[in-house]
Amino acid sequence: MGTEPLLSLSNIKVTFGGVRALKGVSFEVMPGEVHCLAGENGCGKSTLIKVITGVYKPEDGAELRFDGKVIPAMTPTLAQSLGIQVIWQDLALFGEMSVAENIGFQLAVNGKFGLVDKKAIDAAALKALARLGVSLDIHRPLRELPIAQRQIVAIARALVGEARLVFMDEPTASLTQSEADYLIEIVRTLSASGVAVVFVSHRLAEVLEISDRITVLRDGALVGVYPVDGMTQSRVTELMTGRNFDSAVIAADHDAAPVVLSVRNLARTGEFTDISFDLRRGETLGITGLLGAGRTELALTLFGMRQPHGGEILIEGKRMEFGSNRDAIRAGVAYLSEDRLSLGLNQPQSIADNLVMASLDHILSNGLISPTKKANVVSHWISALGVKIGTPDDPIRTLSGGNQQRVAIAKWLAIGPKILILDAPTVGVDVGARAGIFDIVRKLAAEGLSIIIISDEPPEVYFNADRVIHMADGQFHASYDPRTISLTALEAAIYA
Amino acid sequence: MRRLILGHTTEVTLLAVMIFLSIGLSFGTDRFLTVSNAFDVLNVSAVNIIFAVGLLVVLISGGIDISFAVAASVVQYVTVLVITALGGGNWALGFVIAGGVGISLGLVNAFLVHQLRIISIVATISTFNIFFGLLMFFTKGVSIYNLPDWLSNRVVLFEHEMPDGSWVELTLPVVVMVLCCFATWFLMSRTTIGRKLYAFGDNPEGARRFGINIGAMHAIAFGWLGLMAGIAGLMQAHYAQEVVPNALYGRELDVLAATVLGGARLGGGKGSVLGCVLGVLMVSITQNGLNLLGVSPFAFKMIVGAIILVAISLSSARFDKLLPQALKRAPAKGKQP
Amino acid sequence: MKAFLQKFSSTFGADMGGPLIAFVAVMAIFSLAADNFLSLATFGSVAFQLPELGLLTLAMLLPLLTGGINLSVTFAANLSGLAAAWVLQANGGVDAAGGVFVLACLAALATGAAAGALTGVAIAYTRAHPILVTLSMMIFLRGLGEFLTRGGDVSGFPDYVAPIGHGSLFGLPIPLLIFILCVGVWHVLLTRSKLGFGLLMIGSNMEAAEYSGLNTRRIVVLVYTLSGLMCAVAGIIMMARFNSVRVGHGESYLLITVLAAFLGGINPFGGFGRVLPVFVALIVLQLLSSGLNLMGANQHLATALWGVLMIVVMAARTLASHTRIFSRKKA
Repeated sequence: MGTEPLLSLSNIKVTFGGVRALKGVSFEVMPGEVHCLAGENGCGKSTLIKVITGVYKPEDGAELRFDGKVIPAMTPTLAQSLGIQVIWQDLALFGEMSVAENIGFQLAVNGKFGLVDKKAIDAAALKALARLGVSLDIHRPLRELPIAQRQIVAIARALVGEARLVFMDEPTASLTQSEADYLIEIVRTLSASGVAVVFVSHRLAEVLEISDRITVLRDGALVGVYPVDGMTQSRVTELMTGRNFDSAVIAADHDAAPVVLSVRNLARTGEFTDISFDLRRGETLGITGLLGAGRTELALTLFGMRQPHGGEILIEGKRMEFGSNRDAIRAGVAYLSEDRLSLGLNQPQSIADNLVMASLDHILSNGLISPTKKANVVSHWISALGVKIGTPDDPIRTLSGGNQQRVAIAKWLAIGPKILILDAPTVGVDVGARAGIFDIVRKLAAEGLSIIIISDEPPEVYFNADRVIHMADGQFHASYDPRTISLTALEAAIYA
Repeated sequence: MRRLILGHTTEVTLLAVMIFLSIGLSFGTDRFLTVSNAFDVLNVSAVNIIFAVGLLVVLISGGIDISFAVAASVVQYVTVLVITALGGGNWALGFVIAGGVGISLGLVNAFLVHQLRIISIVATISTFNIFFGLLMFFTKGVSIYNLPDWLSNRVVLFEHEMPDGSWVELTLPVVVMVLCCFATWFLMSRTTIGRKLYAFGDNPEGARRFGINIGAMHAIAFGWLGLMAGIAGLMQAHYAQEVVPNALYGRELDVLAATVLGGARLGGGKGSVLGCVLGVLMVSITQNGLNLLGVSPFAFKMIVGAIILVAISLSSARFDKLLPQALKRAPAKGKQP
Repeated sequence: MKAFLQKFSSTFGADMGGPLIAFVAVMAIFSLAADNFLSLATFGSVAFQLPELGLLTLAMLLPLLTGGINLSVTFAANLSGLAAAWVLQANGGVDAAGGVFVLACLAALATGAAAGALTGVAIAYTRAHPILVTLSMMIFLRGLGEFLTRGGDVSGFPDYVAPIGHGSLFGLPIPLLIFILCVGVWHVLLTRSKLGFGLLMIGSNMEAAEYSGLNTRRIVVLVYTLSGLMCAVAGIIMMARFNSVRVGHGESYLLITVLAAFLGGINPFGGFGRVLPVFVALIVLQLLSSGLNLMGANQHLATALWGVLMIVVMAARTLASHTRIFSRKKA
């Protein structure tokens, strides 16, 4: 690691419509360093990246140095020619093009005489992949690749641009644990070859594992720059939110309560096998395990969107045959999707319409939707769950992640469910707003709702469930009582 | 070979269907499987193929155009009027004027889509009405039958009498069609502009982040279709030996159906010149075959519509699912990349 | 001014702005340019011409709101008309009894619904793009109609059919009354029914709707079936107005229906839109063509101006949304 910073910014101020997005931030990256940029949604992380890549102009008084030289006015083209590359969260790849065409895209659009040199592109692609120590079929269409390999393609594309500084925006958000581990290896290879990497991630465990230093932003201001040694997850959370979160185990016995859901030897070929458990009234069951363990598949089967190949589902002792999720909803099963943006909520539509979407039958009068009943249902749930909104007619996409999730929960409560399955309920929800979601979940359980929480973050289920089941390779691996095992021991068992 | 088939599922499937169809038709009629009939099919299809490869470029870039066929009618009219005013003209002048007018009309669409941010289907439905309305208004629906000789005389670049007495003719529209296909293929697969158009249609936001000039993409795509529409209009006037203002009205939807049948995707990023040509030929061969089988011409459209309906339904259910399993992919080699 | 705009939005809906401004502009321009514009004759001609285009636009509307389109509306209307015509002809032609006419209408509605249902099933179960499915359906129906009629007319109906196209009731043209009734049905369907709610939801995100327990396939099939039914109503009106059925009647309306819907504020990507602004947009289009007619221009100039009007309205919407974002950022 050199002593001169590769990139240094100071006094960066950016204002959007009177709102200060960045309030005089400074930021520094050393050559070959892996640096983490941490902070809640809206803290100014992406604005900062856009200033560095020349998309936004900072206000007067800012200074931007790259490689020791002052850059008076950064532009996207200049940033690229300096070797500053961004791997966006959505990757910005081209699905119908081949791996080689994606990696060599810069060459393809800047060819001599306006012509495409396919051989040069293939060669550059192979070279970039070799540098990462990866072999991929470069003629395969990108859309056929799993998401982890697309990440690799995006990184390789940055290398073709002679990258010296690579920003990675939430690179592991949609990867399974083993894929994320693999990506982390790649990042190490990259940094060992002298390329500096700035990692933007909300997975704190990963951040602590990979980074050399952490820069924390909060509300557009710099909180501080910290070496990773000696940092803990709870300390980073505290720095990011400015608050201290005390957690306590809430697990309790529900043996006296009647069984609501009973699953017997449930199986779906290639997804999960031999799943059996009972869920009692008022009980909260946590299911954790790595991505790809079959958790979401199991949840979708309980929700009737996929049909089991074996075993049975009983609700209050009655055997269920769900032809579709409509049957499951009628039987009182609700499922909060892990993908709030495209499956869980209808983003362009209004808050009110989203809220009543699953419970239309409750607001009918004479077979038609009653505006009065609809307004009553909407205002009831908005206030019951403490959703902060402008008017119910605003599009739901204008709400924050936490408030959106509350509406999504309200949508299901409006059907009067017996069982609520929450799949990754805190994805895209700020650390500070997560506690509020779990407060609601606890209250619902206390009112007698049976709840299943699915999460790949063990602490979430450990502190919020009565029982934790570890799922791996499509099977229930083990069951734990949070009162009799420590969080560290649970995590050790899961990551073993 | 496997890669070749898998990379071009639509083209391969179309080709296979066409071969089956041709075999069936050659047993059904004596005339079908003759060289002269093959050239007939090409002569009939030339204008539509020129339209189709132009439309392909717009579809690949993620847009759609409804106005190109009536734009071609405008081109025909303007070209003939200008040339007559200039005292006769010749082929070179004809192509320059037709191409120029076509490009200008295409750029009108590009302007609406890019500068006024009107989505392409809305913009081109509007221009469809404007072009056609104004054309009919100014011409009062009157056709031009008196074309310059060079335009109305058939240009046969090659002819040969077959042993059976039928004639093989290679006409100008076919040659122009081949040139247009080649030019479009070269543009789309060999130039940086082509790569940018594919990228823009595939992932507009991604393309924008690479600094691709979006305005230029719209201008090139719609301009190219305008150029092709201009040329197709000229060829159609030559083929029909007259200019009828509403002759091409409604053609846009037939061409769109054939182009999409050939694998171009609404929404952008996908499509090939070969598929496009096969899509148009597929429709032409069906009509030609029905004709030779002595089926009533009134039934043609019905059967063609049914075939396209079935084909599109099948292709959405994925052609590659219908392929034998063995062809699909070598078994995945482990999980790690 | 701002308060007024807000009041306007909350009373009529923001999407009413474009069509109403266009309405006022067209009224103002033509009353100044042609002194006989503001007359009963103008409104009579609008009232009689509106229903055909209007009914077809209603048929187009539901698919557009689901994010689809139905390019087969005009030929589905023709084919439904044919079905009605044949029932009449097979049962006495000019001498057919009143009961036969009811039967004929039922045949027309059944034909339209069947064509729509077939389209809907193809779209819902193959998930093929509606443009393609309905385009091939259009080519098929046109072919079928031409095959059945050999390109000719079917005519010779009982005397009582004509008033449905030309007659008046309480001083209002019967076709207009039928159209207004259909507008009312569509309005209730969209604002108050489960189907209307569901079709708007699938218009902006089909998968999210499915996850929330809406039966998206059923909704798609029903939407295209209803679209087909509305085509049948249009087909019956057209039969009564022309006193004949011919495949190709009203063909030029096809893209105009899309234009009218977009002019009426229907979101081109689906999910948002209301019937009443579309109704106003249709009136504007008809006023424009009647006004030009009065001034001696023909329908083709009106067609061109319809296109221009559409571009002006869309461009104005783009501008308006830009300034709105701009002012919100500033605020």
